[in-house]
Amino acid sequence: MGEVDKKEDARGKAGSIYRIAGPVVVAKGIAARMYDVVRVGKEKLMGEVIQITDDKTVIQVYEDTSGITPGEPVINTGQPLVVELGPGLLTSIYDGIQRPLPILKAAMGDFITRGVDAPGLSREKKWEFTPVVSRGDMVKQGDALGEVEETPGIMHKVLVPPGMSGKVAEISKGKFTVDNIICKLDDGSKISLMQKWPVRMPRPVNKKLSPVMPLLTGQRIFDALFPLAKGGVAAIPGPFGAGKTVTQQTLAKWSDADIIVYIGCGERGNEMTEVLTEFPHLTDPKSGNPLMNRTVLIANTSNMPVAAREASVYTGITIAEFYRDMGYSVALMADSTSRWAEAMREISSRLEEMPGEEGYPAYLSTRLAEFYERAGRAVPLGTVASNKKSEGSISVIGAVSPPGGDVSEPVSQATLRVAKVYWKLDARLAQRRHFPSINWLDSYSLYLRALEPWYAQNVAADWKEYVERMMRVLQEEEKLLEIVQLVGSDALPDREQLTLEIAKMIREFFLQQNAYHEVDTYSELKKTYMMMKIILLYGTLAQESLARKVPVRDIINIKAKQKIANARFEKGYEELLDSVEQEMRKEFEQLKGA
Amino acid sequence: MKEYKTITRIAGPLVFVKNTDPVAYADLVRIMLPDGRVKNGQVLDTSDDVVVVQVFEGTSGIDKETRVKFLGETIKLPVADDMLGRILNGAGKPIDGGPEIIPEKRLDIIGAAINPYARESPSDFIQTGISTIDATNTLVRGQKLPIFSGSGLPHNDIALQIARQAKVVGQQSKFVVIFAAMGITNEEAQYFIRDFEQTGALERSVVFLNLADDPAVERLITPRMALTAAEYFAYEKNAHVLVILTDMTSYCESLREIGAAREEVPGRRGYPGYMYTDLATIYERAGIIKGREGSITQIPILTMIGDDITHPIPDLTGYITEGQIVLSRELHRKNLYPPIDILPSLSRLMNLGIGKEKTREDHKQVSDQLYAFYAEGRDLRGLVAIVGEEALSERDRRLLKFAEEFEKRFVRQARNEDRSIQQTLDLAWDLLGTIPEHELTRVSNELKQRYYKPGRK
Repeated sequence: MGEVDKKEDARGKAGSIYRIAGPVVVAKGIAARMYDVVRVGKEKLMGEVIQITDDKTVIQVYEDTSGITPGEPVINTGQPLVVELGPGLLTSIYDGIQRPLPILKAAMGDFITRGVDAPGLSREKKWEFTPVVSRGDMVKQGDALGEVEETPGIMHKVLVPPGMSGKVAEISKGKFTVDNIICKLDDGSKISLMQKWPVRMPRPVNKKLSPVMPLLTGQRIFDALFPLAKGGVAAIPGPFGAGKTVTQQTLAKWSDADIIVYIGCGERGNEMTEVLTEFPHLTDPKSGNPLMNRTVLIANTSNMPVAAREASVYTGITIAEFYRDMGYSVALMADSTSRWAEAMREISSRLEEMPGEEGYPAYLSTRLAEFYERAGRAVPLGTVASNKKSEGSISVIGAVSPPGGDVSEPVSQATLRVAKVYWKLDARLAQRRHFPSINWLDSYSLYLRALEPWYAQNVAADWKEYVERMMRVLQEEEKLLEIVQLVGSDALPDREQLTLEIAKMIREFFLQQNAYHEVDTYSELKKTYMMMKIILLYGTLAQESLARKVPVRDIINIKAKQKIANARFEKGYEELLDSVEQEMRKEFEQLKGA
Repeated sequence: MKEYKTITRIAGPLVFVKNTDPVAYADLVRIMLPDGRVKNGQVLDTSDDVVVVQVFEGTSGIDKETRVKFLGETIKLPVADDMLGRILNGAGKPIDGGPEIIPEKRLDIIGAAINPYARESPSDFIQTGISTIDATNTLVRGQKLPIFSGSGLPHNDIALQIARQAKVVGQQSKFVVIFAAMGITNEEAQYFIRDFEQTGALERSVVFLNLADDPAVERLITPRMALTAAEYFAYEKNAHVLVILTDMTSYCESLREIGAAREEVPGRRGYPGYMYTDLATIYERAGIIKGREGSITQIPILTMIGDDITHPIPDLTGYITEGQIVLSRELHRKNLYPPIDILPSLSRLMNLGIGKEKTREDHKQVSDQLYAFYAEGRDLRGLVAIVGEEALSERDRRLLKFAEEFEKRFVRQARNEDRSIQQTLDLAWDLLGTIPEHELTRVSNELKQRYYKPGRK
């Protein structure tokens, strides 16, 4: 009993610093719980409790610790690390612990120094709130109380926080800041536009569902060959220079999610700047609004404090969950999860924990799995829209940066165990400027079957057949290339030479996509379908002609082929491909057998 | 300020001091040996019980009688305009026989991270005059583009050629070169300095020298000194600064040495697990800040151990920098200068710096086409070795020839040959002219009409 009392006394009281080694600080004289947020030193640097031994508390500090001295005070806030959730998240750019970077710039100047607190959501900005419930209505946790138009076209639902329910005693309409009370329940609980949530705890849902529809990306290789389902998890491992970041950014631009959360975790500063300068000028192909309007950016670059990097992925996924609870489909890009794992390793080694594989902590795979498990398609806790059945989803696309591109390392392996889609980046393709440099033989999607009905219903009944035929050609090509390596391509029989030609068409006209070309950067499903169709039609006609003993050279030199090559750069692809089909059929008819 | 004579343990470059008053983390330390020598150090770990100090000049001669003084501040570099033209040691002290530098101000060498929101997206094309960089791996102002080399390859010549020739076409602006040597030989250092002197570059340069026989631990602060000077010139004196850091491999080895002395859990190949973060705090100091005139462009040089690009040093570097220029021993053996292998080389910021108003409208597509043909041509070399040239198709033979010509005419250039981007791109079209027009699948018809001229077969 005495023990407990002593702890109660110490909570909230100041302790002092005992030891400092880089981002790890040891304090004594505070009674903290695991993951409580503490304030370290005279400058009140933010930190989080990560280990407790006897009378000492180990803290990871989110800011630089140079110049801090043992003996300086440490104060326990008694609260875990939380994010602020409410209108104003979209279009924001945060550091790893949700401090808005523009505000830090205003307070600290161009460089990130320390000791500045900045709330995640602006306390000044007023939002127009329109209630959808009235006095006397019964509401339960997760129900929508009303709406705020957060950015043009995106309605932010104001939800009853988890754990609250009751009869609406008071509800307001009008302009409010995020901390104004807009609703009171009969039990006295007050609700504002903003709620806080601890980042390391998943937000609850009613139930999880299995994925049934694809997250369309406008990228032919993903949408056709290796689709990701809404609510699914994809891993993109690849060595440096293979195009991870370009792929992540392309997905952030074009995937058909309602909300995008983009986490730059321990990556390059200039890349985040690129996103920041580019996104406001790009328009969402669905809504026509600037892409930035649906995007939340979290930037903790590689030289920013390592502990905040560790926190950044949790900050990101909690924001994603919040929008899922409103019934939106959210896509979260984490670039790169390896940097997150390395942050864990760095902290772990400073704690002198027993290392697991390659120095990573033994709990690495558990942490990764826990994180990815927060993805999924789900029915939210409450009613967010009265007229339709609501469901939200979080799709997570995690980039992995394996050392030397070797995916047998622990982070890649732990990720692949939970990811159902594997997009393998290939440095050899990148060197040939084949982009996106996704290896079509090693990559896979375990959602192919689950998504079949959707494609059959929404695109064409023979979608699946085309996809399978295309994969067969590519696999056959691989085998033939091995033979070519030994005997040269002229030694192959005509039929096989044709296969190589068709495979080449698939690679160059279909799989390659130029992220920097105005039209080619986004390929809608219909275009993807028509291009598959025409390439395979060439294949069919070519094989028929070969059967009529037409020389291979004549088949290969058909003029219409060149037009197929250009189709991906054309806006009016439908007419173009239709006319190419006519021409091609005519040309083939005119080919004469030897 | 109190002095302590309470050293309890000395291990490698580390000194453990007990019974001190509270000492701040990362503070500067002065160590006074009984024989009168003075050394400098920095606090690596501090607690009520023991303070761990890393000694920059090495621990030789330190005994338990040695006095230790904590200076109550972090390491600072005195900076001034007068630094230009000076040669300093790895810790920032003049070694050229000239006068002390009268500091305008003293800056903390552990630079703070640039707020990503304050960064300006790099977009100015730097013409280096080297075709394989300008055309296919374009350098942009504010970029960090390392040279991945191997022992015995002419990376120094390339770095010098870049330093001499680099310019933003059509702009006259203040240009400063900061050169930081870490663990290179005296001979190499002389080579650099001689070249700087001959070309008159020295008067707009600051040279930091930590040579192979200088203390290894000092290497850990040399690049930070250099970058602090760079930041001063870029952000306070509005200069465009090019920073050359060589050799990052020696830097990383010092990092490993300290890690081992602290008995840390080692990561891959014994390098510390935080090497990525540590390197990032160096490389990420390149960039441009909104509203400021100057910029910092970095060219770190590293020698790949055993020419292995997957070794942790090039590997982690590649993950942080915006591309890499890779030198090839094979090309070097063919007596080709500069032996830049474009296939594994990359400039991530290239697309921001090229195109119609910056270089030329055809730049991107020409570059892609060169890559595609050269890659295919190189693959065919392997095939020829097995099946002989006769078994190749006509197209394959053309590509084989293309790869040959590409190396001879495009890659190869003299050490003082300064090609303009127009010359470089025209040369590329000359080479592309050896391939039939319809096979140029990476180039639009429009551009082909304008630039393609069929050449000799």
